[in-house]
Amino acid sequence: MEKFTLFNQVVQYILTGITVGSIYAIVAVGFNIIYNATEIINFAQGEFVMLGGLVMVSLVHGAHVPMPLAFVIAVAAVTVVGLLMERLAIFPLKDVSVIRLVIITLAVSILIKGLAMFVWGKDSFGLPAFSGNQPLFFLGAAVMPQTLWIIGVTVAVVVLLTLFFERTMLGKAMIACADNRDAASLVGIDVQRMVMLSFMLSAALGAVAGIIITPVSLMEYDRGALLALKGFGAAVLGGLGNFYGAIAAGIILGIIESLSAGLISSAYKDAIALGVLLVVLFVRPGGLLGSAEVIKLKKF
Amino acid sequence: MGRRNLIGLSALALFLLLFPLIGKVPGFSHYVAIMTVVGLTAMITMGLSLLMGYAGQISLGHAAFYGLGAYASGILTAKYGMNPWPALLTGVVLSAVLAVVIGSPSLKLRGHYLAMATLAFGEIVYIIFNSWGSLTSGPDGFGDIPRLSVFGFAFDTALRNYYLVWGVALLMLVFLLNLIHSRVGRALRSIHGSEAAAMAMGVNTAWYKIQVFIISAVMASIAGSLYAHYVRFINPPVFSLTFSIKLLMMVVIGGMTNVWGAILGAALITFLPEWLIFLQDFDILAYGLILLLIAMFLPKGLLSLPAVAREQVRRRSPGGAR
Repeated sequence: MEKFTLFNQVVQYILTGITVGSIYAIVAVGFNIIYNATEIINFAQGEFVMLGGLVMVSLVHGAHVPMPLAFVIAVAAVTVVGLLMERLAIFPLKDVSVIRLVIITLAVSILIKGLAMFVWGKDSFGLPAFSGNQPLFFLGAAVMPQTLWIIGVTVAVVVLLTLFFERTMLGKAMIACADNRDAASLVGIDVQRMVMLSFMLSAALGAVAGIIITPVSLMEYDRGALLALKGFGAAVLGGLGNFYGAIAAGIILGIIESLSAGLISSAYKDAIALGVLLVVLFVRPGGLLGSAEVIKLKKF
Repeated sequence: MGRRNLIGLSALALFLLLFPLIGKVPGFSHYVAIMTVVGLTAMITMGLSLLMGYAGQISLGHAAFYGLGAYASGILTAKYGMNPWPALLTGVVLSAVLAVVIGSPSLKLRGHYLAMATLAFGEIVYIIFNSWGSLTSGPDGFGDIPRLSVFGFAFDTALRNYYLVWGVALLMLVFLLNLIHSRVGRALRSIHGSEAAAMAMGVNTAWYKIQVFIISAVMASIAGSLYAHYVRFINPPVFSLTFSIKLLMMVVIGGMTNVWGAILGAALITFLPEWLIFLQDFDILAYGLILLLIAMFLPKGLLSLPAVAREQVRRRSPGGAR
């Protein structure tokens, strides 16, 4: 066994940080997609992550569906949850304040959490890693294959979303909607449909995050709130609504958390990460990549 | 203050005065204790409704101010032997200072900043309650917090604490009702109507929002101190994010922009577990559903139910539509 130097340890912490941070990043992107289309902070975002993980657990352990197929079914199932949420709780309301819509997402998150407790109980569930548990070594740090999966999936998400938003008509329409709803609707974009799509896309992203993290950190019915908190933090840190900012901020948040857990105190790791978040919020209110001018125009 | 508020206040005071009689009915003896908790909770939700309804801001960290009051009182009296009243005041000052630190940067900006900042603040405070063992006794909490007393009169029974808590809560209610009808209240309403117009008229909108935030934090802190001296034992779970979210629910259910609604919401959500005991752990489903239905269909909260019902009847009845 090699001797662990401080350098090796720091590399190890940073790798762990990137892993966790990737999840925060995906959750943050989910927040942004809905925020851009509606200016709502969707408190149920963490619930999508939890559902993704638990549906996958049931498919793999309960129904013995092969992993790749289970992945597709689980993501599809949570996407339907996102669709139902928008159609049943958001769409029927006309002319409501953003603060009320935010409260509605909070209520939906409580409902989903309750239903999940009803279905899966209070136990934590795990999943087998996608490709074994044989660690690889990198700069003297042990890397689990699942870590590579998480990083790989995050990169894939970024690439696919970039292509979607920049190369497809639908993606461009969503961006137009985020930019200016009235103008978008004037040029014939169906704004209502874009809002519905934003919820579906967010739910799908949340499910992906939940599925890839479950083999590493298990999943239980009440995990959503904490994941949403970190994801929301990353979204604000990156400049709310800013896609690349969210990715960068998520990973930075993960690394800060992991480094402070390893080098300072594991009890205070969340406090330190949130403290940094607060300071950034106050010093650079637009977020790391956002602009303060844009913030003044936001409604919520 | 207005005649309707005065009548409401008298009715509420009379109801609260007579409420302990219900404790004499077999099977209802614990209702006075629950009602005391309602009073403590109402102190927080009243301030919060001012913040949400008039300043249009969400706080997800008021459980932390409640906790700061409780821990300041608990630690200073039980561990350092301080008199409860200066200890309570210390909690108030601490909460007010932190409210300025959190509130002034975030309330100068429009948007979701207070929600995020209070969320992070609440979590940090909660982690400190759990982890700073030498001061807070960590997750186990600590007891032996002394009773409150005034001029030798000790609040040493459940009933005396009930009257103390509701006495303070009613004073706060009177204060807020007066505040709403003062210069500050008018400024707040103008902000709610149109922030740009208010600013154009020379209203310092950020300063008014910060004032409301400080007031609500101080009220939560006082409630926390009273809680510590009433229950005489404190541990962290009471002051978690879950409670902050519940507080938010109470305000919405009662109706934002209505201090009376905040009291109703506090009472309903505090008594609900008692009535939904047959659901066991699944009461969370009922919470979610109730909150969802009220947020969707009764935007002004339960207090607007009679008005909404009248409106529906008027529309449905033949000839009443026009």
